[in-house]
Amino acid sequence: MSDITKQSLTELVKNIKDKKLSSTEVTKAFIDRSEKSKKLNAYITEDFTSALNKAKKFDQKPNLDLKLPGIPMAVKDLFCTKDVKTTAGSKILNNFVPTYESTVTDNIWREGAILLGKLNCDEFAMGSSNETSFFGNVQNPIDKDLVPGGSSGGSASAVAGQLTPITIGTDTGGSIRQPASFTGTVGLKPTYGSCSRYGIVAFASSLDQAGPMAQNVKDCALLQEIISTYDPKDSTSIDFKRNQYNKELTNNIKGKKIGIPKEYRVDGMPKEIEDLWQKGIQYVKDCGAETIDISLPHTSYALPTYYIVAPAEASSNLARYDGVKYGFRAKGENLIDMYEKTRSEGFGAEVQRRIMIGTYVLSSGYYDAYYLKAQKVRKLIKNDFDEAYKKVDAILTPSTPSSAFKIGEKTNDPVSMYLNDIFTVPVNLAGLPGISIPAGHDTKGYPLGLQIIGKAFDEQNILNIAFAMEEKINFKNKITDWWIK
Amino acid sequence: MSKKSSEYLINRKDNQYEVVIGLEVHAQVLSESKLFSTSATKFGAEPNTQVSLVDAAFPGMLPVINEFCVKQAIKTGIGLNAKINKRSVFDRKNYFYADLPQGYQISQFKDPIVGEGKVILDMPDGQKEVGIERLHLEQDAGKSIHDLDPQNTFVDLNRSGVALMEIVSKPDLRSPDEVSAYIKKLRSIMRYLGTCDGNMQEGSLRADVNVSVRAKGSKEFGTRCEIKNVNSIKFMQMAIEYEANRQVDLIEEGKSIDQETRLFDTKKNETRSMRSKEDAHDYRYFPDPDLLPLEVSDEFVNELKNNIPELPDDKKKRFIDEFKLSPYEATILVSDIDTAKYFEEVVAKMGKNKDMKLAVNWITGELFAVLNNKNLEISQSPVSAKNLAILVNLIKNGTISGKIAKTVFELMLDGDKDPQKIVEEKGLKQQSDPKAIEALIDKIINDNREKAIEYKQGKEKLFGFFVGQAMKASGGKANPQLINEILKKKLQ
Repeated sequence: MSDITKQSLTELVKNIKDKKLSSTEVTKAFIDRSEKSKKLNAYITEDFTSALNKAKKFDQKPNLDLKLPGIPMAVKDLFCTKDVKTTAGSKILNNFVPTYESTVTDNIWREGAILLGKLNCDEFAMGSSNETSFFGNVQNPIDKDLVPGGSSGGSASAVAGQLTPITIGTDTGGSIRQPASFTGTVGLKPTYGSCSRYGIVAFASSLDQAGPMAQNVKDCALLQEIISTYDPKDSTSIDFKRNQYNKELTNNIKGKKIGIPKEYRVDGMPKEIEDLWQKGIQYVKDCGAETIDISLPHTSYALPTYYIVAPAEASSNLARYDGVKYGFRAKGENLIDMYEKTRSEGFGAEVQRRIMIGTYVLSSGYYDAYYLKAQKVRKLIKNDFDEAYKKVDAILTPSTPSSAFKIGEKTNDPVSMYLNDIFTVPVNLAGLPGISIPAGHDTKGYPLGLQIIGKAFDEQNILNIAFAMEEKINFKNKITDWWIK
Repeated sequence: MSKKSSEYLINRKDNQYEVVIGLEVHAQVLSESKLFSTSATKFGAEPNTQVSLVDAAFPGMLPVINEFCVKQAIKTGIGLNAKINKRSVFDRKNYFYADLPQGYQISQFKDPIVGEGKVILDMPDGQKEVGIERLHLEQDAGKSIHDLDPQNTFVDLNRSGVALMEIVSKPDLRSPDEVSAYIKKLRSIMRYLGTCDGNMQEGSLRADVNVSVRAKGSKEFGTRCEIKNVNSIKFMQMAIEYEANRQVDLIEEGKSIDQETRLFDTKKNETRSMRSKEDAHDYRYFPDPDLLPLEVSDEFVNELKNNIPELPDDKKKRFIDEFKLSPYEATILVSDIDTAKYFEEVVAKMGKNKDMKLAVNWITGELFAVLNNKNLEISQSPVSAKNLAILVNLIKNGTISGKIAKTVFELMLDGDKDPQKIVEEKGLKQQSDPKAIEALIDKIINDNREKAIEYKQGKEKLFGFFVGQAMKASGGKANPQLINEILKKKLQ
């Protein structure tokens, strides 16, 4: 089969289970395509030889009862993988090889998947365009010199470009949903506490959450079913009854009430985004659901709140990268000098900016005015959602205020870059699940996404809504393989 | 409450100064594993052999609270008669140091697990109450070793992440002696509870000492200095003494005291400035987002409360009431849990016809002297409680004299021998047959006729001579009471 890499995860699993394809064939196909796709710069670390060996080993004694039998998969380089370099897109971890495995990736390998390699991302997941990575920009398969979004840019690019059938990213303020939207793929940010954070390089602990990125909703549901487990090694992991998201997936959303929040109609939002949203409203109505206008009054405070809380936590989380124990170390005259040189040379500009913001907002004399106030506003934002969910089952919004932009277009304007996350950060602040699905194209032919936000622990419901809408939208991603020719 | 006679005051010309002391005691929680990881906590292990990925702050590693340590902290809170907070929060205290792998210490800042409490000190002139401000749980840091190499510093992370209880007193202490009594009392309570071994040599108990001075009678506090990390009671007392005098001298010279952190140099016996208030770290405390607030239920606390052993204050009261000990004796016996256990075992083994006073004297006298000499804990006593009880009973029922008992005791030290057997084997049984003693005395009087006459003529001092001779002749075994009686009769 020459079109292996065009197959969805669901199709690949079926073909392997039906013995129409071997793991080796599938793995080889994705390795070949990955080899031809170096221009995308989606990988930081390739583990192809090892992947092929694992595939051969799998085929010798295939366990076809597994959910991901011999499926090759590349993952974001924020997940610690045993014996495979894990960099978080940073120079400071350029030489770091973990001796341990993150819970999420461990869950995946247990179901038979095989690691292809580690995917590029913004440094410590801080960015919206994958331009802060120490390992360079990632190209969007949609068009040359277009950003894939961030921070899970390598993951989005690899899925859209068919370098991996599926992947996992992490989402702190939109890092799964925004790149999914920019690349015409599906990305789910689960409820905070759904997927273990154990073994994921931390950015902002109270917001970070791992999630699946896929070509379609069903694949996404299948992966979510696998990665969402209660983990006692993560104190914020929550022991709730998890659905069989793939098995229970249905397109029957008749009678569901979908909220349309007026505050998401922001100033200067392009008309094509507004049109897309209207189309989305029509789609859910066509599916038999009902839309209700709602208000989330504190939405406009979400972005500033996020840019206090996330850097504050990051400034502390990143203190461990000090050159003492592992990772990059610069020579210094004494301990302080070594710290300063290691961290100045080891961290990129955006990370340093956020460490400084975070340090500032936690400083005595500023703590109350910034951090404490931000925590209070965060509570208000959560309350907005709680109020809304008394009336509706889910909320529909655009995923991003624009389509993908050109590489370099926003690098000198951090605030305009931060505005990319305006529709996604409230979801992280409230700890809710959100999914972005491709819903159309803008005038340039670039994909645009719609976001469905759910109640806490209600991933099944938003997956069902996304599944139903996906059928109606019938989106086709325009991948021309421009980087291969 | 404390009387004027024992007041600790610093005198200068016409002025008298009172010293105000508050303590932040760091007590290592007695637990097999660390506060947020499963690494062992054994003292004296090879460097960096008790370090998990969490302790060394590897990327993506997360803390998970050790429930046992939480229980230990709550038990200690109960022992300090303190309020147990059902909701407490772990914060991050951020600062950079080579032996602090995370770049922050997980501690409790705004919402500690234990609130206000109190302990009672037994001072020579009566009891004194010392207020407890709070108790919170926190991680210990690792250890930097600067003297192994001229160029490099070595780091041992075995301690990194070990659970500590920081017990903060109110500024209620007024003298080095009170500080000593306070530390001993805290240690005693925690050892009773099994929550801290109190071993100061191994660093299980150390304190930051806050010292200020003020004119006697003043109600306002002076500017305080904090003496960091003092690890023995003696050093605490020396540091306070030095620091209080230093502050008084500054006041007398018309100078002001800077609020600062100081170090105690044990070799020079002086405190030195470490950093001023201006240089104080900004620790940027904020709630640790990796940990949810710690919530404990009433049932959880009550379960612990119901299983609290008898604590020193109650035990002392019982010893006084039940065994008719003096408060002084009771205080000595309850101060250490192992001593109290030993004493209670002796009491139990003595049976019905027991001499409590005698038992106390033997424990606090002979036994303590031996332990002191051999530098042993009472738990390592060469003489078991059972055998000491037998010995005391042998004295009580007249089988041996107190003097012979000392000889027997010496022999017991070698291998915890049964005193009954020693008495039998060595023939040390007391001579209590009046006829035999009479014969013995007759012989002595006969041999010392002149002295007997002198005695009868009024030289009464010679009575002791005859007693001595009789004792000597009996090999020390004759019942001294009988010797006295018979001698008196014969020399009339």
